Amino acid sequence: MLRLPRLRYLRPASAQEAATVAEDLGTRAMLVAGGTDLFPNLKRRQFDPEILIQVPSLPGIVKEAGGFSLGATVTLAQAAADPGLQVFLPGFAEAAGLVSSPPLRNAGTLGGNLCVDTRCNYYNQSHEWRKSIGFCLKKDGEICLVAPGSPRCWAVSSSDTAPVALVLGATVELTGPEGSRMIPASALYRDDGMEYLAKEPYEVLSAIQLPAEPGVRTAYVKLRRRGSIDFPIAGAAVALKLDGDIVVSCRIALSAVASHPLEVPGAGEFLAGKRLDQEAITAAAELAAKPAKPLDNTDLTHFWRKKMVRVVVEQALAAAAARSA
Amino acid sequence: MTVPDRTGSVGRSYPRLDGSAKVRGQAVYADDIALPRMLHCKILRAQAPHARILSIDASAARRLPGVVAIITGRDLPIRFGILPVSQDEAALEEHKVRYVGDPVAAVAAVDEETAAAACEAIEVEYELLTPVMTIEEALKEATDEPIQESFSRRRDNIHRLVSYEFGDLEAGFAAADHVREDVFFFQGNTHLPMEQHSAIASHVDGRLTLWSSTQVVHYVHRALSRVLELPMNRIRVIGAVHGGGFGGKTDPFAHEIVVGKLAMLTGRPVKCTLTREEVFYAHRGRHPTLLWYRTGVTRDGRITAMHLRTALDGGAYGSYGAASVFYTGTLQTVTYDIPAYKFEGVRVYTNKAPCGPKRGHGTPQGRFGIELHLEKIAHELGLDPVEVKRRNFVKPFSRTVNWLRVTSCGLEECTAKVLEASGYAQRERRTGHGMGFAISAYMSGAGTAIYWNDMPHSEVQVKVDRTGATVYCGAMDIGQGSDMVLAQIAAEELGIEPRDVRLVTADTDLTPVDLGSYSSRVTFMAGNAALEAARKMRALLVEAVADRMGVADLEEIDVGGGRIGEFSFEEACVIATTRFGALSTTGSYKPPRIGGPFKGSGVGPSPAYSYSAAVVDVEADPRTGIVTVGKVWIAHDIGRSINPLLVVGQVEGGVYMGLGEALMEEQEYRKGLHKWPSMLEYKSPTFLDTPPIETFLVETIDPEGPYGAKEAGQGPLLPVIPAVNAAVFDALGVWVDETPITPEKVLRALDAKAKGKPPRHGPRSFPAVPYGEPIRVDPPARDDLRVGAELEAAFGQTPGAH
Repeated sequence: MLRLPRLRYLRPASAQEAATVAEDLGTRAMLVAGGTDLFPNLKRRQFDPEILIQVPSLPGIVKEAGGFSLGATVTLAQAAADPGLQVFLPGFAEAAGLVSSPPLRNAGTLGGNLCVDTRCNYYNQSHEWRKSIGFCLKKDGEICLVAPGSPRCWAVSSSDTAPVALVLGATVELTGPEGSRMIPASALYRDDGMEYLAKEPYEVLSAIQLPAEPGVRTAYVKLRRRGSIDFPIAGAAVALKLDGDIVVSCRIALSAVASHPLEVPGAGEFLAGKRLDQEAITAAAELAAKPAKPLDNTDLTHFWRKKMVRVVVEQALAAAAARSA
Repeated sequence: MTVPDRTGSVGRSYPRLDGSAKVRGQAVYADDIALPRMLHCKILRAQAPHARILSIDASAARRLPGVVAIITGRDLPIRFGILPVSQDEAALEEHKVRYVGDPVAAVAAVDEETAAAACEAIEVEYELLTPVMTIEEALKEATDEPIQESFSRRRDNIHRLVSYEFGDLEAGFAAADHVREDVFFFQGNTHLPMEQHSAIASHVDGRLTLWSSTQVVHYVHRALSRVLELPMNRIRVIGAVHGGGFGGKTDPFAHEIVVGKLAMLTGRPVKCTLTREEVFYAHRGRHPTLLWYRTGVTRDGRITAMHLRTALDGGAYGSYGAASVFYTGTLQTVTYDIPAYKFEGVRVYTNKAPCGPKRGHGTPQGRFGIELHLEKIAHELGLDPVEVKRRNFVKPFSRTVNWLRVTSCGLEECTAKVLEASGYAQRERRTGHGMGFAISAYMSGAGTAIYWNDMPHSEVQVKVDRTGATVYCGAMDIGQGSDMVLAQIAAEELGIEPRDVRLVTADTDLTPVDLGSYSSRVTFMAGNAALEAARKMRALLVEAVADRMGVADLEEIDVGGGRIGEFSFEEACVIATTRFGALSTTGSYKPPRIGGPFKGSGVGPSPAYSYSAAVVDVEADPRTGIVTVGKVWIAHDIGRSINPLLVVGQVEGGVYMGLGEALMEEQEYRKGLHKWPSMLEYKSPTFLDTPPIETFLVETIDPEGPYGAKEAGQGPLLPVIPAVNAAVFDALGVWVDETPITPEKVLRALDAKAKGKPPRHGPRSFPAVPYGEPIRVDPPARDDLRVGAELEAAFGQTPGAH
């Protein structure tokens, strides 16, 4: 079987201590929470740290004025089953509940999903396989095998919860050796398959604040081949505020069509002030799909996935509209 | 054969004998076995699809602490292969590699990590050769050299060519009112057993013992003997608890030979468990196959002649391929009555993992093609496809144009069951909803052994002593539940409960030879052997008991309910042992000669064929192209169901696997590599993707099966795949003429339709293949059911081959 490399495993007592240790150890160490993504990737030698630093258990789900605060080690199963989230932010709960499979949601964490490594089917392969094909830019190689003419890596952002965080205007708490800072979730990501997180590598994503504005309806639609286990091959998150059937505001973000969760503000702005009928939904979905540039590096073909972006956006808009405010 | 009353264990549902152990984690699979001083083996595999090996330098690897032995092709030069005609594999390749994953060197070390690190440290220098990745490329002259350079007399990469003409094809086409041609493609896919292959070897006192996750201990035994140059009496092969085969563990494999060699060299036990990626490379799965059909029919849809061409992408080695190519065409005639039939097949080598037998072995491709081809013919004639198929059903107890003998045949009953249960005729007709119907047949074991011999295919011993009854059988329970079936047969005859029968199986030291758990043969062949042995034992027990009771007429001694006459079974065992001494009986089964008087007639005959019919209900979204299966109704002619619970399990497993092949599974290559050798990226259905399955068992009581039983392991997969495609046509009016039906293919077909082109997506042409002149065979008299010596005697009087 594939085995984990030999690793030292550290268990700091706090997020701040974890960050301090991580800063000291630099590239020799990696942070791990649930490990559901990292461990298989380590077995395939997609990373080669000597040391793993366990993110310690952080506070759970707390309902606050104006929203929710969730510790980063809240499991995806806990987030999916949380009655408060289900009532006030059902789109977020459903995104958490659509990640992978039940056993992995029991171990996988919210912080892990927000920071999940970008994916590419030239990259999520064993060391031997990657050696056979000549390695890629993201690990051990010189070129991007999906787009050999391109100077950058095109690995795909595959988080289900990140696009929902974006449309909610969430903020994330990053804990460093000196303390914590808050940044908008949208500022956490970069459009780069390799350096996809705009935080210091040692910073611990320790919490996420989800605003729950009255009247905002949320939905997340995920496209994947099977009913379980698969990463998204396209997804749409919607946060919609209606006055009757007139759109007050709308934010839409996509998963799995770029190296970062892709907010498409044009589509949301287009809807503002319009009646949310089928015609408007179709037109907004058309706008939303435009910037999506899936490549041939996930399941199914990119031609088809590009077509499907429109469909998932329409479905997410319709689902959000159907929710009670 | 008399059918026993149903008060015994035959015909009753019992859960698997090992169900509890498996659920509780008590079952000991090969990888669970750990012996004292055991070493771990890793295999270094080729990282180029086609290359000459210029040098292998293992010196740095040998110096790593913990490395005990490293071997290369030089240590295992004798080639092997499952079929005598294809001895084209080496346990480790010395001069050339033929696919990414081909084994090159092996390391035994104190742990798996060290063995893996040593593999990484072995330097292999390759001279790259042009890889051949498609059927079309393989048919052309090789750029530098053929993939199987020394086994090929040709300059291209053709492995096998077959060509037959049964009956008068020209006259058949001349009698047709309508002729149609179609081309189809069936994509390759793999078995995906939950358990990876694993083997552990120990060499003590000059004797080698190997535990392996294999479907056939006997074939592994033969290969070990050949390559390791040990007499068979020095080798013991034991089938460990099995975690799934589906045909993928029917060949002898490199890792089994390698651990044997390393155990001999080091004097320590050596284990090798493949990674999931290596299982994709071991493969032996479904051949990607192109199919071309040309069929003549009368106005009312009766077939007058059929011409089928197939082209199989075999991957880098022969495996069962010489048989697989036959199977794409041979069994077409056992479902539909084809008066004149020409079949041409070719198998090519490519630089991919070797293909071989997967559930259905070669027949799913032909089944897919013929079912869709007949659907299209029916639509073209304005006839109901179900009716057209029905009009052409073979008759029970008849002989086909290619000399196959059909006995019990429940096609009509199966068809009636699924049509009625699904409400097919009254189905809701709206865009996006459809139902499809298809049928199939499969062999209850191959009529001919894969290596020539005239011995039984199954041998079983039954032992009785003062401790009770034990059955010894060489067949392996690979999850299908064959152990329970054997126990039920013995229990039925001895009048006891199946759980009171001990079973010793798949151990070449302890059990007599059996050709193993593949080809849907265990219930039929080992079952018949067990039946014979158990009946002999029953006779001994009855005789001894009658003697003790002073009863002259043996018929008066009742057997059943744990009693023989007035004694308990245990008492009867004591009485019989006292009377006769040690009690052991044997039974064996060899299928009669069934094939016709021509070369190649050994592939296709079976002592009995199972039959299935299925209706699949789908929702197909014209916007996304996504196809969702709502329900499957399937009826299976099992002959007699010895254990309905197990039969339904086999049927449902076949349906599940068929749906995966129809909608998702693809053994796809890119840049010379398997595109996604992992369980996450190679898409196979989950529970959530599996619809409700309603199974009907049809019992036709086959005259030769044990208690009338036939196979269930493979046949039920076959109709599912074409039924899905037919249902998609029913829903959207477009054909996807290949597998799998991905959403994009549905959209492409809809797009073609919208543009006024033929409403289909699929291959457009069939390549030119130098099939050569066919072997022309006169058909038999269609009511001639003779077999064995009688049939052979008749060959002299029939025109036969010319």
